[in-house]
Amino acid sequence: MFTETPIDRRKRLTENVMRIFLLVVTTVMIIPLLLIIGYLLYKAIPILSFEFLFSNPRDNMRAGGIWAPFLGTIYLVVVSLLVSAPIGVFAAVYLNEYARENWFTRITNLAVVNLAGVPSIVHALFGVGAFVLFAGLGESILAASLTLAIMTLPVIIASTTEALKAVPMAFREACWNLGATRWQTIRRIVIPNSISGILTGVILQVSRAAGETAPIMFTGAVFYKAIAEGNLFAYNITEQCMALSLHLFTISTQVPDVTEGTPHGTAIVLVGSVLLVNAAAIVLRVYLRTRKKW
Amino acid sequence: MNYSIEAENLNLWYGDFQALIDVNVKIPHGQITSLIGPSGCGKSTLLRCFNRVNERYGNVTTKGKIEVLGKNIYDADVSLPELRKAVGMVFQRPNPLPISVYENVLFGLRIHSPMRSMTRTESDQIVEESLTSVFLWQDLKDRLKTRATSLQLEQQQKLCIARLLPLKPKIILMDEPCSALDAKGTRAVEELMEVLAGTYTFIIVTHNMAQARRVSKECIFMFLGELIEHRETQVLFTDPKHEKTSDYVQMRYG
Repeated sequence: MFTETPIDRRKRLTENVMRIFLLVVTTVMIIPLLLIIGYLLYKAIPILSFEFLFSNPRDNMRAGGIWAPFLGTIYLVVVSLLVSAPIGVFAAVYLNEYARENWFTRITNLAVVNLAGVPSIVHALFGVGAFVLFAGLGESILAASLTLAIMTLPVIIASTTEALKAVPMAFREACWNLGATRWQTIRRIVIPNSISGILTGVILQVSRAAGETAPIMFTGAVFYKAIAEGNLFAYNITEQCMALSLHLFTISTQVPDVTEGTPHGTAIVLVGSVLLVNAAAIVLRVYLRTRKKW
Repeated sequence: MNYSIEAENLNLWYGDFQALIDVNVKIPHGQITSLIGPSGCGKSTLLRCFNRVNERYGNVTTKGKIEVLGKNIYDADVSLPELRKAVGMVFQRPNPLPISVYENVLFGLRIHSPMRSMTRTESDQIVEESLTSVFLWQDLKDRLKTRATSLQLEQQQKLCIARLLPLKPKIILMDEPCSALDAKGTRAVEELMEVLAGTYTFIIVTHNMAQARRVSKECIFMFLGELIEHRETQVLFTDPKHEKTSDYVQMRYG
């Protein structure tokens, strides 16, 4: 009784083969990531220091640190998210909580989905036309940040919509039936219970805004600019700035005889800051989640 | 006879689908009226017309007249928040808000009054009164700060009723309020309704015909969007006039 039939045997073998295959695929996926970070760290360790982070590039960018591009990237990311986060979140709240299903919302949703798929170089050209030339902002941190904002907006709308949809309809019904307006429902119940998801979605866009090169290349990032070292307010948003992504490209391909390790150090700072911000997002999410239970 | 709700020639469409067809109904004051009928017959839809919350669910068109406490609720000068204060709703699945028990009870008052207009003593008193009326005060008086969503289902459902009381409603609509509860919870909610019935008008949608017989004085049978029969509950069950009603109450379908 209960002995294995040939069919059982085949099923068992397939089961084992599939388990191992899936495990291998998963492992293979994380190997490149570990290799990249390991290699960068190995090359960058000799050069990484506070000195490297807080001093400007020197000798035609062959030596020195990355202060100007580092601060530039921070400016670009912060200004772009200051624009795209509120607009994106409020737009998502409207689409999800107020708008009825009609031609306007269908077109808007279609636009959001398609905008998310537009290549970044196209956003760059739009930024040149709309912000640099038409709005007369010139090549500046503002123009570059607005271009980045346009690029991150659809993803913020999409992630906020997901977060709002995760709030059970029953809570909205409870509020409405007590005579709450839509806004009271949103402010008192929907937003407090979706804020962790909303913030995570916004913060994940930091990495995209920090990493993109194309959208800022023609709209506000420059190859070289010296700024006051260690001063957080060294840039003016109506002027151009350096940026880590563009700087990495420049010293890797355009400048001969760069000090060994500088590009790797630059890359590690870029990747490291993004990882740090993402880790902060995870911590924040875990914290906010412990406060919400239903 | 005094009526809480009078609906005349009420028709309602969800998009192209007509969910209510020429419904005429008079709901008497201060007693329990039950709404029965097979799933999808329009019971819940009719219920949700009485505080006009149907309009929040997308593409709804309503025609006809509904008078609540003598006032046509489709008149232009009717304020929906005021209407919904007077006509509360309890749902199938208990839906306390994900905040403390204390704040759940006060939520309705808070959204209808200016910020910080209640003193601590006032609000404490309101919470105690409301929870006492639904027999929850003894159980919960030491747990007012706990999250309402972590209570037992029966307590949650009673809290959902308690939450309506500070707004001094006249009518309480109940949409299958016991179908998520066990036998003990069901009995507790039914007893609560019987106690409160003099003060408030109850309309209860139920799939449980024994429950309709137990709690309601009058009973309405609906079928495919039409109101088929509305009689005293005992008469409707023992001597239904309509063939569809007798088929349903004898459980030949449904």
